[in-house]
Amino acid sequence: MLVPVEWLKEYVDVNAEVSEFCEKMIMSGSNIETVDQYGEGIEKVVVGKILSIERHPDADRLVVCQMDVGQEEPLQIVTGAPNVFEGAKIPVILHGGKLPDGTVIKKGKLRGVASNGMLCSFSELGYDDKVIPVAYKDGVWILEDSAVPGTDIVEAMGLAEASVDFEITPNRPDCLSMLGMARETAATLGGSLRYPDTACVSEEGDAADYIKVEIKKPELCRRYAARVVTDVKIEQSPWWLQKRLMHAGMRPINNIVDITNYVMLEYGQPLHAFDIRNIQGGQIVVDTAAEGEIFTTLDGVERKLTSDMLLIKDGTRGVALAGVMGGLNSEIEADTTTILVEAANFNGDSVRATSKKLGLRTEASSRFEKGIDPNLARAAADRACRLIELLGAGKVVGGCVDVYPSEYTAATIPVRVERVNNVLGIDLTGEEMEAIFKSLEMETELADGIIKVTPPTVRQDLEAEIDFVEEVARIYGYDRMPTTLPQDSSRSFVSPRWELRDTARDLLVSLGLNEIQTYSFVSPRGPENVAAQADSDAYKFVKILNPLGEENSVMRTTLLPNMLEVLGRNSSRNVAHVRAFEIGNTFFDIPGADGLPTEKDALCIGVYGPGESFFTLKGIVEELLENLGVQDLTWAAESGLATYHSGRCARIMKGEQMLGVMGEVQADVADKFGLSAKTWCCQLDFQLIEDLADRDIHYAPLPKYPASTRDIALLVKEEVNVGDIMKLIKASAGPLLEDVALFDIYRGKQVAEGMKSTAFSLTYRAPDRTLTEEDVVGAHSKVLDALKAELDAVLREM
Amino acid sequence: MQQLDNILKEARERLDAITTAAEAEEFRIRFLGKKSPLTEILRTLGSLSPEERKEVGMQANKARKEIETLFEEKNASLKAAQKQLLAQKERIDVTEPGVRHSLGARHPLTVTIQEISRIFMSMGYQIAEGPEVETVFYNFDALNAGPNHPARDWTDTFYISDDILLRTQTSPVQVRTLQAQEPPIRVISPGRCFRCDTPDATHSPMFHQIEGLVVGEGITMADLKGTLDTFAKEFFSKDAKTKFRPHHFPFTEPSAEMDVSCFKCGGKGCRVCKGSGWIEILGCGMVHPNVLKAGNLDTEKYTGFAFGMGVERIAMLRYGVEDIRLFYENDMRFIDQFK
Repeated sequence: MLVPVEWLKEYVDVNAEVSEFCEKMIMSGSNIETVDQYGEGIEKVVVGKILSIERHPDADRLVVCQMDVGQEEPLQIVTGAPNVFEGAKIPVILHGGKLPDGTVIKKGKLRGVASNGMLCSFSELGYDDKVIPVAYKDGVWILEDSAVPGTDIVEAMGLAEASVDFEITPNRPDCLSMLGMARETAATLGGSLRYPDTACVSEEGDAADYIKVEIKKPELCRRYAARVVTDVKIEQSPWWLQKRLMHAGMRPINNIVDITNYVMLEYGQPLHAFDIRNIQGGQIVVDTAAEGEIFTTLDGVERKLTSDMLLIKDGTRGVALAGVMGGLNSEIEADTTTILVEAANFNGDSVRATSKKLGLRTEASSRFEKGIDPNLARAAADRACRLIELLGAGKVVGGCVDVYPSEYTAATIPVRVERVNNVLGIDLTGEEMEAIFKSLEMETELADGIIKVTPPTVRQDLEAEIDFVEEVARIYGYDRMPTTLPQDSSRSFVSPRWELRDTARDLLVSLGLNEIQTYSFVSPRGPENVAAQADSDAYKFVKILNPLGEENSVMRTTLLPNMLEVLGRNSSRNVAHVRAFEIGNTFFDIPGADGLPTEKDALCIGVYGPGESFFTLKGIVEELLENLGVQDLTWAAESGLATYHSGRCARIMKGEQMLGVMGEVQADVADKFGLSAKTWCCQLDFQLIEDLADRDIHYAPLPKYPASTRDIALLVKEEVNVGDIMKLIKASAGPLLEDVALFDIYRGKQVAEGMKSTAFSLTYRAPDRTLTEEDVVGAHSKVLDALKAELDAVLREM
Repeated sequence: MQQLDNILKEARERLDAITTAAEAEEFRIRFLGKKSPLTEILRTLGSLSPEERKEVGMQANKARKEIETLFEEKNASLKAAQKQLLAQKERIDVTEPGVRHSLGARHPLTVTIQEISRIFMSMGYQIAEGPEVETVFYNFDALNAGPNHPARDWTDTFYISDDILLRTQTSPVQVRTLQAQEPPIRVISPGRCFRCDTPDATHSPMFHQIEGLVVGEGITMADLKGTLDTFAKEFFSKDAKTKFRPHHFPFTEPSAEMDVSCFKCGGKGCRVCKGSGWIEILGCGMVHPNVLKAGNLDTEKYTGFAFGMGVERIAMLRYGVEDIRLFYENDMRFIDQFK
């Protein structure tokens, strides 16, 4: 809401500099977006009068003007402006003058003819194209004839004005008006409100003789006030009115349209003017449209209406789409002589629905949507008539056809003084609170610690005690409230899930991985792109009905496509080595107990670059899981997943439960993400890890007796898995085996083709005694026998 | 006695000639060992008269002491020379890079969330979480956002069905917490939120919020100010000032926006604070009685406050990140900087 400060002063005293005014308004609840300063940065621009115009000798589009700029001698200026004429008064920038955008104008020659300045347009004086009157859009500004040549333009036209753009929150539609902002100003700065003059000096006849009004749908139209004006003369509005509209962000059109806009800005009540010639049967009927009815709005668009849309009709047809836009058939035209001024109150929900269905939002519809006080209609209609009289734009007919079936009055709300103080942590008296309410034009009655408050009817946001607590708070001042801390104590607490994710992050970071965060909504092609199994949950999408685009249209079921995308992006930016992980939610179209889709924590790791291999990634995963307290993992070769290289993929198991999979990403999958280098990924079910994680520390005393170590090298067939050898060693050694570790694998010259040599270190120990040679030999020979018998492993000489 | 003088003289000469540890050891055995001439002399003492024995013994011991001292000195200078030699021979270039095991980095949004969480946890807050795919009830109805609230529009909020949406704020966790816990309540809930914004330098359709909620008996707006002022001083700087401006949110009343004195210029006005000296940080207010009612609480007995802040915005301000999209591009050269 743009509020020109000089205009505001018509309703309330503003005894403060603009900056101080702004600061105080912000602190009382009217936030400010920007402040436009008109008339600033203009130097040496004066009123000039064209004495004569001659053609430029060498340019068809230029003319040479002799100008009276208040100096003894006329000033010669060459201009290309199309709308100049002898006698016209125009702003002239003199040699050395400055425009708001910083441009300095110097005298010079235009196609060989001396020009000692420039004629100015609105745009050059700092006005936005969207507020410039149509007549001056492509030319210079023709000033009112009363302007005196030579006077400073800023002074002559009263250009200097700050226009403050207030941010109006949805609960305060009353502030979308000059009077609403004046009410806030009065409460903030002190002082009282001056209401506009609504009484005409002379009226003739009775509007009821011209028009009859009937409201057929009172639930959608609480009030309809109609006044009539005859002998209308459509012309330009005076500058003072145009200026106010322009500084409030509206383009002046003609006197009648400008007055309806002016009153709308003043009161917040949209008005509409009909040419009464086209109101057939001399009657207005407020009714709903017929289903499928075709109606052409002012903008010339034919619209198909539905039976729930409120339509203003005359005796035979629709003439305006209530609260949205007038009809082309009853538009004001240049030859209009008698008009009907409508100030009505239409139901906000109905206007919203109509406007939404037709895709037609107007200044009026957006105001009705937010809710308007029906008591404003009459004052607004009267004010418009008074302005028409004032401008000499027509003769106002007496009386107002005002259909207002049930008058709206504000409820009186009891407000407890103690409660207000308790919520805010302050200590005001009932009288102090009363004064605050009164400053906002509320009626009050204080008795027994309770203030009965009746707000003005424009304040439809005030319904309950807490709403009045806020009024006290903001007018008293948030900055004046004390600063304390809650007195009760409480214990900090983090869910095990939160803590485990934090721990996992810390572990992965300490293992050299960077954390990534990617969008939760993804392309539905993701699972397909990573060749996820057709029957898997990865395709149980939670779909967004109104996505930004196909690529963000479903909630992710797997983190892998996002990970590969990030790896691909880094690779394309020549990042040579990446270790990354993401912990985040995945979503499945599987309703949970609360009816919402299932959300599951997932963890994805991806690596590529020099030195990385299946086993560097496996090492990361082992270190992570062991430190999260998930022990005794087994790794099972997996060849059935199209995502991964079928000879380089493993399921990560704990007993029968699968924690996830990892492997070398299949080349054709990697290729889709622009990854040419080998890439390894691991997908873990973090939810399951949360269930299995044993975060307790299990301490065992240090051994008292020495260990005995035996190293063995075994020659086995290539396809024998190290994991199986170790499993067998553990199973066959008996209780004395404390540990077994692989320390070497050798393939090469010394070993036959298709074979490999694997070397293990076995540690034997008893908790209660030093082992004898026989003890160790006994256990060790069982191991060797089993290896020979079950895996055909041949003991190599060490 | 002449013999002793000879021994001493010889020892001195030999010591002078020693250049290696082996020679020194040879010397020690020769002059201080069990078979050294001095030992020999001492061994013959028994055959001397008591006077001579005393005299010769004294002289012999004196000579031994002297040789020992000289030997120690020689040894010390040999060791020093040896160190000197090694210093030359085994010199390394200490400016060569170290052998490192590089650590990774947490995502900057995680860093910011953890830091903010830590401050509130030190004030006794729990961390609560809720679903990202939420019901319309928890996201709007229970938060006092009327049926025509503009945020409900399909142009503003992502819908899964008429009743289910992607939460637009972490505030629904407020209501879930109120329903699940008895006051006193102090929680913060960090998490992802979604709104229909086309991505540009300052907008992202997905972003993170941290919501806070305190409910108890006698909680006041002054407590809200005190708590958030404490947070600002902990998070930004101990000199940070806060300013509370009235605002409107459906789920709080009175509502406020909190500005913090600009941490770049200290309030003088700069590019970061757009010359105002203040930076808008969060929205807050006293929990609306209708929200407490949705949580089945007695609105006469309990009051509370809530606040919410955008994590991306705070991280951008704090680290000077110029484009919100960088958080979701995950360029490793970007993330590497948040170690």
